[in-house]
Amino acid sequence: MVAVDHVWKYFGDFPALRDVSLTVPRGACLALLGRNGAGKTTLLRILAGFSKPAKGTVTVAGAAPRDLAARAKVGYLGHGIAVWDELSAEENLRVFATLYGVDRAAIPVWLERVGLLRVREGLAREFSRGMRQRLAIARAFLHEPELLVLDEPFTSLDDRAIALLQNLLRDARARGASVIMSTHQLREALELASDVVLLKNGRVAHAGTRTQEMLDDPSWLYVRYGEG
Amino acid sequence: MSGVAAALAIARKDLRSELRSKEATNAAVSFALVILLILSFAFEPTGEETHAIAGGLLWIVFAFSGTLILNRTFARELQNDALEALIAAPVPGWALFLGKAVSSMAMMLVVELVSLPVFAIFYGVTLVWTVIPVILLGTWALVVVGVAFSALTVNVQLREVMLPLLIYPTLVPALIASMVLTGNLLDGQTFSGDNITWLRLLVGFDIIYTALAVSLIDIVLVG
Repeated sequence: MVAVDHVWKYFGDFPALRDVSLTVPRGACLALLGRNGAGKTTLLRILAGFSKPAKGTVTVAGAAPRDLAARAKVGYLGHGIAVWDELSAEENLRVFATLYGVDRAAIPVWLERVGLLRVREGLAREFSRGMRQRLAIARAFLHEPELLVLDEPFTSLDDRAIALLQNLLRDARARGASVIMSTHQLREALELASDVVLLKNGRVAHAGTRTQEMLDDPSWLYVRYGEG
Repeated sequence: MSGVAAALAIARKDLRSELRSKEATNAAVSFALVILLILSFAFEPTGEETHAIAGGLLWIVFAFSGTLILNRTFARELQNDALEALIAAPVPGWALFLGKAVSSMAMMLVVELVSLPVFAIFYGVTLVWTVIPVILLGTWALVVVGVAFSALTVNVQLREVMLPLLIYPTLVPALIASMVLTGNLLDGQTFSGDNITWLRLLVGFDIIYTALAVSLIDIVLVG
């Protein structure tokens, strides 16, 4: 589903990513771990098509991330909720339904799933923080993407939104979607993950399947690679 | 999905947001009226000289007030990082540009629609129908250049200052053509002789800059 091959990315002279290679098969869930500044967000932004690598190649569903075909298959949830405050919940999803060519019948279904159907005509700016986060989740999942790219998805989510997101991610994997998520919430991420990559100073320090010892002690990987 | 449908969805989204917040149009309309008022103190409204420079005055008002709208074109997407969602969506760059251009054009036409009668009253000018195509072509020139530079400066801290510094020099040929044409047409001339040359210049500017903006917008936004 995703292939990252010897990718380098610089900010000025500083190499944020150094010769990063990894693959994510269909249906896999990759937890991208690492301390702040390790290069997680930089890599996710390249996968989502927001920036291009200086060297190396990246393919998403067999195409470059900026290809329209690849973008149609990716759902991105970043640090911001990426919804418009002056639009209602329904209007927000209607815009994304049009941009992704999704049938509008899917809108009430997703509003129901995230618990916003009753307030579908309410403006996003009038929503509580938790409601806005759930609207963002509905926005990212609306087109049933084949690849979910999630940057710190659990950060600042309330309990209800965390449970909702975890369930949606399990459902997405069950239908064959792949997930790549960066996170500092190790326990939530490792419970979902099938594979783990640890980035350290822009390099891949560890890549492999998630093991039982990681579940038993979520910080095990950090300790092993001197990041504890 | 069709790029045109995406462009219309983006334009509708912008116009609906603006209709509810009115932040850009209220500021631009107020600014346009204030400039018209101040300039009416500076120039004798009924004087012949004022009639001669009427086209110039009008386009100064349009260009200055329009900048307030163009500044918000991409900046409104910074709230909640909505720009990321637009860039990530499977929408061709030209559709994103066109959607933004259509909504900005609509907002600028609203400002111009309010400004024109005030301008006619303050400066004793009789408006003629023939200026409509000039206003549309000149406004499109402002929009095309403004939206492109708005995308370029969206992440710049001093974008409110940067945008006018970038767009006014670029717009010089279009602004001169619009000013001369508007002045001549308000003076009772028709589309003939030199006016046709100015009109061709304006049309050519619009075509060239639209083509440039449409083809470069993706590089401007993503690199």
